[in-house]
Amino acid sequence: MIAAATTVGADRGDAAVNRAAGELLVLAHIYTATLVLGIGALFGMLQGLSRASVITMPDWFDYYRMLTAHGVLMALVFTTFFICGYFTYSTYQTIPRMRSFAVGWTGYLVMLVGTVMAAATILSGNATVLYTFYAPLKASPWFYLGATLLIAGTWFVAYDVIANFIWFKRHHPGVKSPLPSYMATVTMIMWCLATVGVVVEMLMLLPWSLGWTPGVNVSLTRMLFWSFGHPLVYFWIMCAYAIWYTVVPARFGGTVFSDALTRVAFIMLLILSTPVGLHHEFLDPGIGAGWKWLHSMITYGVALPSFMTAFAIFASFEVAARKANVRGFWRTIAFLPWKDPVFTGPALGMVLFIFGGFGGIVNASYSMDVLVHNTMWIVGHFHVTVGGPVAMTFIGASYALIPALSGRKLFAPKLALLQTYLWFAGMLIMSTSMHWAGLLGAPRRTSNVTYFGAQGAATWHPEMVWAAIGGMIIALSVVMFIIVATGTYVANVKLPNHRSAFAFAPLDARAMETPMVFDKLGRWAGVAVALAFLAYVGPIWQQLQQTSYLAPGMRTW
Amino acid sequence: MHVHRAERLWLMFAVAMMAVFLAVITVAALVDGMIPPSRLQSIDPTRVSQTPPFDKPGLHKIADHVYEAYYVAHIFAFDPATIAVPAGSRVTFFVTSADVMHGFSIPETGVNTAVEPGWVSSVAHTFTTPGTFLLICNEYCGSGHQLMAAKVVVR
Repeated sequence: MIAAATTVGADRGDAAVNRAAGELLVLAHIYTATLVLGIGALFGMLQGLSRASVITMPDWFDYYRMLTAHGVLMALVFTTFFICGYFTYSTYQTIPRMRSFAVGWTGYLVMLVGTVMAAATILSGNATVLYTFYAPLKASPWFYLGATLLIAGTWFVAYDVIANFIWFKRHHPGVKSPLPSYMATVTMIMWCLATVGVVVEMLMLLPWSLGWTPGVNVSLTRMLFWSFGHPLVYFWIMCAYAIWYTVVPARFGGTVFSDALTRVAFIMLLILSTPVGLHHEFLDPGIGAGWKWLHSMITYGVALPSFMTAFAIFASFEVAARKANVRGFWRTIAFLPWKDPVFTGPALGMVLFIFGGFGGIVNASYSMDVLVHNTMWIVGHFHVTVGGPVAMTFIGASYALIPALSGRKLFAPKLALLQTYLWFAGMLIMSTSMHWAGLLGAPRRTSNVTYFGAQGAATWHPEMVWAAIGGMIIALSVVMFIIVATGTYVANVKLPNHRSAFAFAPLDARAMETPMVFDKLGRWAGVAVALAFLAYVGPIWQQLQQTSYLAPGMRTW
Repeated sequence: MHVHRAERLWLMFAVAMMAVFLAVITVAALVDGMIPPSRLQSIDPTRVSQTPPFDKPGLHKIADHVYEAYYVAHIFAFDPATIAVPAGSRVTFFVTSADVMHGFSIPETGVNTAVEPGWVSSVAHTFTTPGTFLLICNEYCGSGHQLMAAKVVVR
């Protein structure tokens, strides 16, 4: 025990010396995410204007190519870089240890090479397959290889995060793991399980696009994609929740309401995120209605940790307010730091998530999905979720992370504050009109929805105009974020005590004891793997029994 | 493990709400047959034009106000391009793809299904009000996706 304590002490000293390099690694992730968000937002704005019939994209840079780039950059690249950076940071900060940054940097570089490869292929027009890349649409092999490398890079980051957790548990027997490191580890275990499906899919698509195999099983690749596509959403959300639980309360002197229940919520997300993918395939032939019902039910289950999170966040508001002798609903709201962009980003995102969460329950509701499937409603839904709570939380956290990592004072903090409110307003306008257009039947993923002036299509136009207005407001907000993020670096105003610019909230003094069983992550990962297997083995078996068609690739663009 | 009383109540409310939702969709599925289109009939997409009834796409009258419509979806059109039925008709649509993924959606009705090469999709609807309904592909299928539409005329 004494030996262990000495080791920790020695590690802490060396870690401080070593920390600068780790900060550069995290900063590289955050700035890459920032750049990608900027490019993605530009494409998003042009899409909004196209759909509102204000502009028509030229043939050399057509709508669908831009849509593919927007989807891949926003859903797969922006989010993944930020999350990998954030969880690397939460791990390095809370596990005092002498460490090498080689694994982390390798991961970052592999992700970057993969991103550049996939993005260049999309922009050259050789992968206009949208971010879901449904076969038999066949992209250039460079697209599949690039996307695979992006994911392979995240596995290095996951290894780094998980290995640090294991190191901590081994060197501190009987000691509870630090909460930020715990959240990082649980999310990365979930991510490893989630990405198995899409990597198996890539192992089918890559040789097929190279012409080495004559065909692929379309239904199987779709199911493998969605076994990844939904937990991908939880990858974003778990990172946003990690920030809500441990970072947001630090902005108003609050605490983590309950360490134990936070861990319960994360374990539930680990177990229930993967076996839900069929709710994206409710309208697919070749999948029995019973399997779809099962996935619908599990999707309802995965809503529960979100309800727990909502409670914990509001409880942390109230506990902090009461400690400052503030009581009552409106006074508690007024007590919160509405002039701090690190708070307003996530907090306004939480407001949007109320709409996003309930819309998600509608989408998951089995037969009800028919009314909204592949309509603009779905586009409204994922913008008010990934573009709401997720992006706003990542941007808000960046306003604290960039100063803490770079040692520079935040540039134009008032612009940063205005940026969060502007994003909120733009997203509210855009997603509301998208939802409404969807209920009127407007399809998603279509460059022009006038249908030669057909009756029925005309009612969608006003909503598309509003969506474009909202999209322009968001794009303006993104420009402001980029000015603040790059301005902080360029202006280079030294920030004293910069490491305290980003802090994790302490545990509430009255919080209950955390049972040690929550730290046994190997066991919980086993449950998650078993449940994912049980949820997918049936429908996959059913499909393989019914069809043997292997589709040749087609380039229809 | 002790859980705060307010949180226990909140979670009981959340669990109860999800249970009610699940009960509603389950009862609707079992009693009213409200299940998403989930047909398990496979077909060889390379031989769609030789496989009856898709070798002759179109509307087939089964009885008064009861029709079956067979559609082939291919880039970037539906075959048939137009069908016409009297108001009050129940039409069962059967759709398959000759190439890539497509969608089959008639906005403002419950007609909406994915169309996948290798499978036959099916969905039924009763058209009560006269008018011209737009039938569109709602899954990206290539550069002409926005042109892929047809008409259902209800007299």
